[in-house]
Amino acid sequence: MFTPVPSLVGGALIGLSASGLLILNGRVAGISGIVGGLVPPRRGDATWRVAFIAGLLLGGLVVGWLVPGSVVPRHGVAPTALIAIAGLLVGFGTALSGGCTSGHGVCGLSRLSRRSFAAVATFMATGGLAVFLVRHVLPGSW
Amino acid sequence: MKKLASAFIAGFVFAIGLGLSGMTNPEKVIGFLDVAGRWDPSLGFVMAGAIALHMGAARWALRAHKPLLASAFSVPGASSIDAQLLVGAALFGLGWGIAGFCPGPALVDLVAPSTSILTFVAATIAGMVLFRARTHFLPEAAAPTAQIRT
Repeated sequence: MFTPVPSLVGGALIGLSASGLLILNGRVAGISGIVGGLVPPRRGDATWRVAFIAGLLLGGLVVGWLVPGSVVPRHGVAPTALIAIAGLLVGFGTALSGGCTSGHGVCGLSRLSRRSFAAVATFMATGGLAVFLVRHVLPGSW
Repeated sequence: MKKLASAFIAGFVFAIGLGLSGMTNPEKVIGFLDVAGRWDPSLGFVMAGAIALHMGAARWALRAHKPLLASAFSVPGASSIDAQLLVGAALFGLGWGIAGFCPGPALVDLVAPSTSILTFVAATIAGMVLFRARTHFLPEAAAPTAQIRT
């Protein structure tokens, strides 16, 4: 179901968060980068990352209560083994390319970074390919 | 202490935005990537809303000498498009399309636990550990994205 208004407003809140973090802390609001900086944690560089993630989790609880259905258990998106492979690809891929949908997609594109344009075009293309394979080429395989 | 509070609030607002925008629902993410099915352009609107606000703010912020609460900006300075960037983005996209989760929405969805989300987040962290192990043994494989703009 297409939700243009909530998606635009939600997106603006994401942009507001990224702007606040850059103006105040000088940091890029790239989630894979914030989490990846804790693998392993480094002295003096870990607490702000933990604070951001704690805010993300509390925000999840609050938005799940404010907007019913927005944060609910996501059962059976794909078989668990496939989910595990997907997670490994996301973790390794974002570390290798230095960003995900937020770091390259929101922050990098906003700064007109050439690297981020290339990354976003690439992950949109392979994301579309993965969905095409899973939804249209291999239907009924689970 | 102020730096921790601002990071916490940024995370909080980010999660509200993700939940409101519908991106915590993997079906909406998959709907955007499913151009051969019932295409849902919502994710494009999320990106547009975020970039519309952040583009001007980031440009303005980065013209300052330094951020308000830190001594320097930590913003990627590399501009070359290399194989690591493209291969990494390609792998990320495959995982993103299979599961419908990327790191932000996955963390937010952790507060409503399911086997799928716990598996995904654990595997994502394992993927990051694998990457660190690789750069630990092959230092030349380190991504060129850690440069700091001061």
